[in-house]
Amino acid sequence: MEIPYTVTLRPDTGVYNAKIGIWLFLASEVMLFGGLFSGYVFLRIGAPAWPGMLHGEMYAHASEVLSVPLATLNTFVLIASSVTMVMSWASLMRDDFGKFRMYLSGTIALALVFLVVKGFEYNMKFEHGLFPSESNFLAIYFVLTGLHGLHVIGGIIVNGYLLGPGSKMWHTSRQQFINRIEVAGLYWHFVDLVWIFLFPTIYLM
Amino acid sequence: MGNGLKETTGKDTTLETGHETHLTHAHHEPGFWRKYIFSTDHKVIGIQYGLSALFFLFFGFALIMLIRWQLAYPGEVLPFVGKLLGETNMPGGSMSPEFYNQLGAMHGTIMVFLGIVPLSVGAFGNYVVPLQIGAPDMAFPKLNMASYWAYFVGGVIMLASFALPAGAAQAGWTSYPPLADIESMGQTMWLFGMVFLITSSLLGAVNFLTTIIQLRAPGMTFMRMPFFVWAQFVTSFLLLLAFPPLEAASVFQLADRLLDTSFFLPSGLVVSGEALNVAGGGSPLLWQHLFWFLAHPEVYVLILPAIGVVTEIIANNTRKPIWGYNPLVYSVIFLGFMSFIVWAHHMFITGMGTVISSFFQVTTMIISIPSVVILSALFISLWGGSIRFTTPMLFALGFLPMFGLGGLTGLPLGLAPSDIHLHDTYYVIGHFHYMVAPGTIIALFGGIYYWFPKITGRKMNDRLGKIHFWGTIILMNGIFFPMLIQGLAGVSRRLFDGGLSYQIAEPVLHYNQFMSVCAWLLALAQIPFIINFFMSLKKGEKVSTNPWHATTLEWAAAPSPPVPHGNFEVLPKVYRGPYEYSVPGHHIDFLPQNSPPEVAVTADA
Amino acid sequence: MSDAAHAVDIDGHVRVYLIVFASLAVLTSATVGVHYLFLPIGPAVTLGLLIAAIKATLVACYFMHLISEKRVVFLVIVISGIFLLGLFLLTMTAIFDQVGGHLVS
Repeated sequence: MEIPYTVTLRPDTGVYNAKIGIWLFLASEVMLFGGLFSGYVFLRIGAPAWPGMLHGEMYAHASEVLSVPLATLNTFVLIASSVTMVMSWASLMRDDFGKFRMYLSGTIALALVFLVVKGFEYNMKFEHGLFPSESNFLAIYFVLTGLHGLHVIGGIIVNGYLLGPGSKMWHTSRQQFINRIEVAGLYWHFVDLVWIFLFPTIYLM
Repeated sequence: MGNGLKETTGKDTTLETGHETHLTHAHHEPGFWRKYIFSTDHKVIGIQYGLSALFFLFFGFALIMLIRWQLAYPGEVLPFVGKLLGETNMPGGSMSPEFYNQLGAMHGTIMVFLGIVPLSVGAFGNYVVPLQIGAPDMAFPKLNMASYWAYFVGGVIMLASFALPAGAAQAGWTSYPPLADIESMGQTMWLFGMVFLITSSLLGAVNFLTTIIQLRAPGMTFMRMPFFVWAQFVTSFLLLLAFPPLEAASVFQLADRLLDTSFFLPSGLVVSGEALNVAGGGSPLLWQHLFWFLAHPEVYVLILPAIGVVTEIIANNTRKPIWGYNPLVYSVIFLGFMSFIVWAHHMFITGMGTVISSFFQVTTMIISIPSVVILSALFISLWGGSIRFTTPMLFALGFLPMFGLGGLTGLPLGLAPSDIHLHDTYYVIGHFHYMVAPGTIIALFGGIYYWFPKITGRKMNDRLGKIHFWGTIILMNGIFFPMLIQGLAGVSRRLFDGGLSYQIAEPVLHYNQFMSVCAWLLALAQIPFIINFFMSLKKGEKVSTNPWHATTLEWAAAPSPPVPHGNFEVLPKVYRGPYEYSVPGHHIDFLPQNSPPEVAVTADA
Repeated sequence: MSDAAHAVDIDGHVRVYLIVFASLAVLTSATVGVHYLFLPIGPAVTLGLLIAAIKATLVACYFMHLISEKRVVFLVIVISGIFLLGLFLLTMTAIFDQVGGHLVS
């Protein structure tokens, strides 16, 4: 029994099933990060100062506490990974499996770099005794970037599967595999999108 | 009658597999585990949801029966059962306040998230929607299976929390901070359970929406879908977009509990005489906003599938088309939209200013309009019908006035001046239970009787069904109507002694015993149902594929039970709307959606 | 859609991806640069969010192919956007419109 429109496009909607599925999922993710951001706004407006007091010192700008250079680097890394992701899909569309593997590996590698830099950032905070429990500023920083980081890990796992065992589908069901890469790409671009908002609002404002 | 008859069918597509005839293939029979436990077939998954949900409904009911003992006879020893529940919970056989709180919090959580939604969406939705739109299964069968197991894990976590030393969550199903932030470990398990349940609902919503958008059979335009499918469609949008902010809030609350953050903890909080050693600066109101952003649309999730079920049953048992199909569809869409912008009517007494309070009062009043349109359309549908008082129809008819009454009692809650008096009283409990118990649950029972023949090929017994109906509806009214009276008198909810220590409660206290007796009798009234259900599985009257003579695809195009993989021998094509009953000139009083046009006789409009 | 037609399309697409990448790099630098102007909070937030919105639009339109996507996908996005807006606007109004005028802290 085959599910219709797994691969071919339904005539009246013009899309295949997974395309709608992933956009619906991304809509829910928008609401998730929206909920987190609205919490950030709520707490910040209610706070007398932001970042406020940390270990007895008053800070006026987030950039005095957090590392803007590292986060800027990470922003470039993530944007680059979005480019490699879409290039991996484009390679498949050009029938170039070799380039696809190269670009997808690049995406995963860049994502790992992002996590390493993030880990380094977190560690710097922990070494100075700056934990989420210290203040709402740090709590927001750790929870929002942490949840984003979990989404990065999720993307690495999905992309890793598609690079590895999942890529067998290239030989058995070509168009369906291309669709899967497109769908995985949409998720990955969303992760980049969230960071595009996270970076300025947490580090720079 | 012309609902959908004017519309073109659009492109008449064949499946890309090329063969539209045979979708069943007896390649390899899956083993027991893949067939019944880890199945990806929406029908098996629907039954899994259904059985699990019914279990949780009875479990949640058992919890409240314990509470009703404490409310009727505060402090008294509960015979037999009291000793069985342990010394911590029931010291000397009488209830401790902590156990009372656990029962209250878990009753709400279990009924809403483990009982009603899985039954109405997971069970009925999963089983019926693909059949009604003429699809062989859901769009993402493996995701469907994953959704069920996420629900199962969430349920296990929730139940397991009772076994913790300090017991399950105690801060209500609403889990308000600061209390929820500092409660015992049961609250953490509640949060983890919620994460699994939310994940299950989100994945399910993605599946339902994609299925309805993409897998409708040729000729099944949106305006030819049975209203049940529309109801599930809107419900899924609500689940998809409203749950994530609660997930965000749960993450914040987990951080508060596990990482000692202060998202919801204000500065200067003192607990049991000691200042709490946290950073402070948080806001309990933030939790309330994020929680109710979900929980308001959630109540529409609770009622809409039930309204869908009732519509199907009424059309079928009046032998005429539903009156006002188009208004019904537009109303349910409008209702879904409005449900996102009324949430703070649950927060009128949190110190809101007049601007924001007026906004939410206005939107709440507006949202009653589509509800009234829907109820009116269903009532008007009865007019001129050849009503068959089948067992499902009794439940559907019973639903209508109960939904009306419950909805009316919501009006004073939606207006701030009256809500200030009624908030957090038994009036609220009475209101929402009218919607959910004599409302949704009655409708869902009707659905079980209605679709049982499709699922099993056998009918349930009518006499037992009628006893079940009358017992249930009368006793439910006996339980929940006095709550409205108690609430108007000012009796607060969640009181350990049912109001005994408050002077204002004195004139209305006697209702407690009456309500408790009704509750215990209500449990007894379910026995005919349970016996009927299991007996009919083996010994019920065997029926044909379409015993109700219905027009919708699950009856007209699929056998009873449907073909194991693929549902239909031949994927149907749809030629008309969902409720073509009593078409003038036609030789029988129903015209299925998939009967070819030459079968229909031309009708005058 | 034949493979040959696709290959032609794709070359054009790839050029666009690289242009978008360059634009995103420039805009990221602009975001950081604006920060070091240390503007007052109002203009800082507005400008920062504006630049972020432009970057997001580029990613959405070109990497996520929204510029050539079907109507049903747009409907999903627009509907979610409306409710996201509702969540923000209404909670913020609730923060500012409180009895007594003070904020909860």
